[in-house]
Amino acid sequence: MTTSAAASSGRWRLRQPSVIPGFGLTLGFSLAYLTLIILIPLAGLVWRSAGLSGAEFLAILSDQRTLNALKVSFGTAFIAALVNVVFGVIVAWVIVRYEFPGRRIVDAIVDLPFALPTAVAGISLAALYAPNGWIGQVLNLFGIKAAFNPTGIVIALIFIGLPFVVRTVQPIMEEIDREVEEAAATLGAGRFQTISRILLPGLSPAILTGFALAFARGVGEYGSVIFIAGNIPYVSEIAPLLIVIRLEEFNYGAAAAIATIMLGLSFAMLLFINLVQAWNRRRYGHGA
Amino acid sequence: MDVSVKNIRKEFDRYPALNDVSLDIRSGELIALLGPSGSGKTTLLRLIAGLEQPTLGKIYFGAEDASHRTVQERHVGFVFQHYALFRHMTVADNIAFGLTVRPRGQRPDKAEIRRRVGELLEMVQLSGLEKRYPNQLSGGQRQRVALARAMAIEPKVLLLDEPFGALDAKVRKELRRWLREFHDRTGHTTVFVTHDQEEALELADRVVVMSQGAIEQVGSSDDVYDRPNSPFVFSFIGDSASLPVTVTDGAMLFQDEPIGIAPKPRDIQGGNGTLFFRPQDVALVADPAAPALEGRVATSRRLAGTRIADLDIGKPGEAHHVEIEVPLEASAATGTVLRFRPTRWKTFAE
Repeated sequence: MTTSAAASSGRWRLRQPSVIPGFGLTLGFSLAYLTLIILIPLAGLVWRSAGLSGAEFLAILSDQRTLNALKVSFGTAFIAALVNVVFGVIVAWVIVRYEFPGRRIVDAIVDLPFALPTAVAGISLAALYAPNGWIGQVLNLFGIKAAFNPTGIVIALIFIGLPFVVRTVQPIMEEIDREVEEAAATLGAGRFQTISRILLPGLSPAILTGFALAFARGVGEYGSVIFIAGNIPYVSEIAPLLIVIRLEEFNYGAAAAIATIMLGLSFAMLLFINLVQAWNRRRYGHGA
Repeated sequence: MDVSVKNIRKEFDRYPALNDVSLDIRSGELIALLGPSGSGKTTLLRLIAGLEQPTLGKIYFGAEDASHRTVQERHVGFVFQHYALFRHMTVADNIAFGLTVRPRGQRPDKAEIRRRVGELLEMVQLSGLEKRYPNQLSGGQRQRVALARAMAIEPKVLLLDEPFGALDAKVRKELRRWLREFHDRTGHTTVFVTHDQEEALELADRVVVMSQGAIEQVGSSDDVYDRPNSPFVFSFIGDSASLPVTVTDGAMLFQDEPIGIAPKPRDIQGGNGTLFFRPQDVALVADPAAPALEGRVATSRRLAGTRIADLDIGKPGEAHHVEIEVPLEASAATGTVLRFRPTRWKTFAE
């Protein structure tokens, strides 16, 4: 009782008495590993950009080309993640809820964007959506240009981000208790009310996580985007490309500065999403 | 609201879960569907609710054929074994759900909903918990929230699927008594499923004993306990012992030896059958010459005010194992030979 009282009083302790062995060893390993793989490179990045004076850093940050590149990167990733949330949830729903011939194939296809080299994806998307490509021709008839502009970037990022949403939402969807839906039905709720008031709120933490992953991936995506983006400075140039351009100019300071800004923005957004999740969890209990 | 089930058959993948089941439930009655797992009791409950569609047969609510009504239209209160509460909603929102999903015209206004939720919470003795989430409640509290939620839509019939199955023994007993009082107060037609015979016998006005997709017997607790109409009911309800017997010329024989009881008119009058009796319905026979069942005590144990003896009866190699109650003063050490006759029994033909 004393341990649970201490735990519920919220006092932070490094080590909870536990029957699970190996806490010290595994924590030590995890920290060392994370430091080596993630923290040291990121620290190097910040260190590099810290070589710039404050004024230089501000100049790079306020440069219109940098600002536009960031706007394109974050804007397109945001839109693509939103689109993926809608269609990813539908795809997950179809895979989880219905038995149909070819269900396993559909399930496997979802992973393809994970496996495909991004450059291959970019080249084939560019070929398809270019004004003389199969799909591009059709879209051209309606006056829609879907390649070599930000729309093209969104298309590439939708392709890249889909599995993140599907694979995050799918396991949670599989766990949905059929009885909860049946309870809603006995209380008089129609199909639409059950989905909007019972199922989607229950899935919202998973959907939010899927969104965050797809968004983060989209912000960092390079390989597939540069083939379809057209890479017009100020219009369809993404921040990672601008970093590469600065590197090719041997302007390491500017590259590091842009990278640091991206890092900061991404970190802030993921932190925000995680806070929302934590708030959700506190309300609905563990794993809701 | 009377509910009647007429010649219902339900198949899952060609396998019949229910076969030609008919049952009349009277308005205001508290009925238990009792049976081992796989007996079809939950399927029957779900058919009444409209959560399953019958393969054949009809279900009437009052005089109206409800067979093809959807779950939503049937307007039943259904309580699930694992509560099925909406975990992202507060207790109050859970209870109000059935009211808030009504079409705009029939939906009570917010103040009215809040008043109704308050009333229901009071009825299930959970006032003050409306802001909690389901994961902040104990199992017994969750089950009562589930009941309040089902009652909010003012159902014609209340259906409960193993309502106390997931609760510990003490809470289960309390809730059982509470449900009985609740039913007496509200007078809803109530059907509940259970595999716990004690629960069924204590709580229900009538018990429906089910086995292998069919109804074996419908009756009061006294009926199913004292007058079981099939070998299944006799062995399923309460403790019992059974022995293979033969009836010839008005005498009952066990392994060709008379056992000192004569078949009654309700027993089989000839041929092979099975003799059933309860451990407490036996009398020891002191006279070693009188015909009786004879067995050797394998073990005996003291059970509160009585002693239970495990006997091996019959020829070696063909011995049958039965339990009987013996008076505390009788000697029942292991190895003792006891002679007894059933005082109340029933035989069923093979």
